[in-house]
Amino acid sequence: MSPVLFAVIVLGILGLAGGVILVLASKFMAVYEDPRIAEVTECLAGANCGGCGYAGCADYAEAIVKNGAPTFKCAPGGDKAADAINRIMGQAEGDRPSLRAYVACAGGENCGKRFDYQGLQTCAAAAGIAGGPSACSFGCLGLGDCTRVCKFDAIHVVDGVAKVDRTKCTGCTVCTTVCPRGVIKMKTIASQPAVKCANKEKGAAVNKACKVGCIGCGLCAKNCPNGAIAVENNVAVIDYTKCNGCGTCAEKCPKKAIQWIEGRPQPMNAAVPEPKVL
Amino acid sequence: MSLHVATFATIFFSMILVNNYVLVQFLGICPFLGVSKKLDSSVGMGLAVIAVMLIATAVTFPLQMFLLDANGLGYMQTIIFILVIAVLVQLIEITLKRYIPALYKGLGVYLPLITTNCCVLGVTILSVQNYSADVAAYGFGFAYAEALICAVGAGVGFLVAMLLFCGVRQRVENANPPESFKGLPITLVSASITSLSFMGFGGLVENIINALM
Repeated sequence: MSPVLFAVIVLGILGLAGGVILVLASKFMAVYEDPRIAEVTECLAGANCGGCGYAGCADYAEAIVKNGAPTFKCAPGGDKAADAINRIMGQAEGDRPSLRAYVACAGGENCGKRFDYQGLQTCAAAAGIAGGPSACSFGCLGLGDCTRVCKFDAIHVVDGVAKVDRTKCTGCTVCTTVCPRGVIKMKTIASQPAVKCANKEKGAAVNKACKVGCIGCGLCAKNCPNGAIAVENNVAVIDYTKCNGCGTCAEKCPKKAIQWIEGRPQPMNAAVPEPKVL
Repeated sequence: MSLHVATFATIFFSMILVNNYVLVQFLGICPFLGVSKKLDSSVGMGLAVIAVMLIATAVTFPLQMFLLDANGLGYMQTIIFILVIAVLVQLIEITLKRYIPALYKGLGVYLPLITTNCCVLGVTILSVQNYSADVAAYGFGFAYAEALICAVGAGVGFLVAMLLFCGVRQRVENANPPESFKGLPITLVSASITSLSFMGFGGLVENIINALM
């Protein structure tokens, strides 16, 4: 036999054997994958932002199909995605409160400086040096790590403090995880005020650091007609399931640390607003 | 026996330090640059490379001895090795997916990436080159063991290189290089410096192990 022919035959047999082995293996060791997982993945926004709390769009789709995870969690996809998923899964539409980010700090130029920071202009780097350059060790550093990770151009640093454009925000929560201070929080869209401070220190220390910090005086809690505010760890916390948005707290706060981030004060006898669905 | 242990140890440690596939022989640069951004993905990639290198060598070394060399087909080494390794990796992937889903989740995504990676192909071909002569001198078993230990050492060396470079890269990400150096250029510069540091290991392992034995 000519060596060329022999080589071709050897290679051909090896290739054929490999092919047969693979075909048999994929036949006998096939793993059934629900076709709905692919369909649900198609419905999602595909940004892989991680806002739903899963590793990515495909992971979330798998959780919906296999574990019956709630279908409304894709914030960028919004209602359209949730409706489409519900159709695939044959489910009725559920409640879908739309959460949006807000920055629980009004510091910026109101906040003192501990030292002049000249280093790398990222919050992560600044926060790692001697507890950060700002006098308050809980507030926004204003170097814009959140601005850089936001895929929707919804958060910007204004006067030294990050500010969320809540009409552009999709509630993906990426900024809340990247912020080294954890000062970005989520709130439903409704005419309710928000506490714009996260400083857990005692009143006197807050007073020294910041002009608009919550000193934990409790005036808001005492005056709230709905009993919706409590002071926890020297910071006021609003319970949005009780708050009807009357705005008494924002008026009474001596430091103006409770502010309106959207909407306006409601009448005293207003009902607790339903979480808005977008 | 002592001679054997010394030989095996020399092969193993010189594959990690002196002849490191990535940093000294410059094979497998694509996964080295591509997957070293995060620590967990570089560990996953490194472990997958160890497994694939070991299994690939375990199959290709006897294949070379008993099929190719025995029939005078040595010149078909590259194409047959590629074919065999590709089939093997696919087979491992399917088996893992079926029987060990947890391991598949950890390693599975990296397996197709290294199906015919140059460092996997390199370790199989180089182990044939380096150790096929030992078959005549010491018998097939010894040469085969040498080749397998070489493969594991090469895989561990790859993992070490990935881990080291991952650390370097995370520092580089936090630094502020000039605009034109951002991204791949500064990565390549730091890779070359990491590689330069490994040149310092030349001749080290042989001398230490010879001194010990």
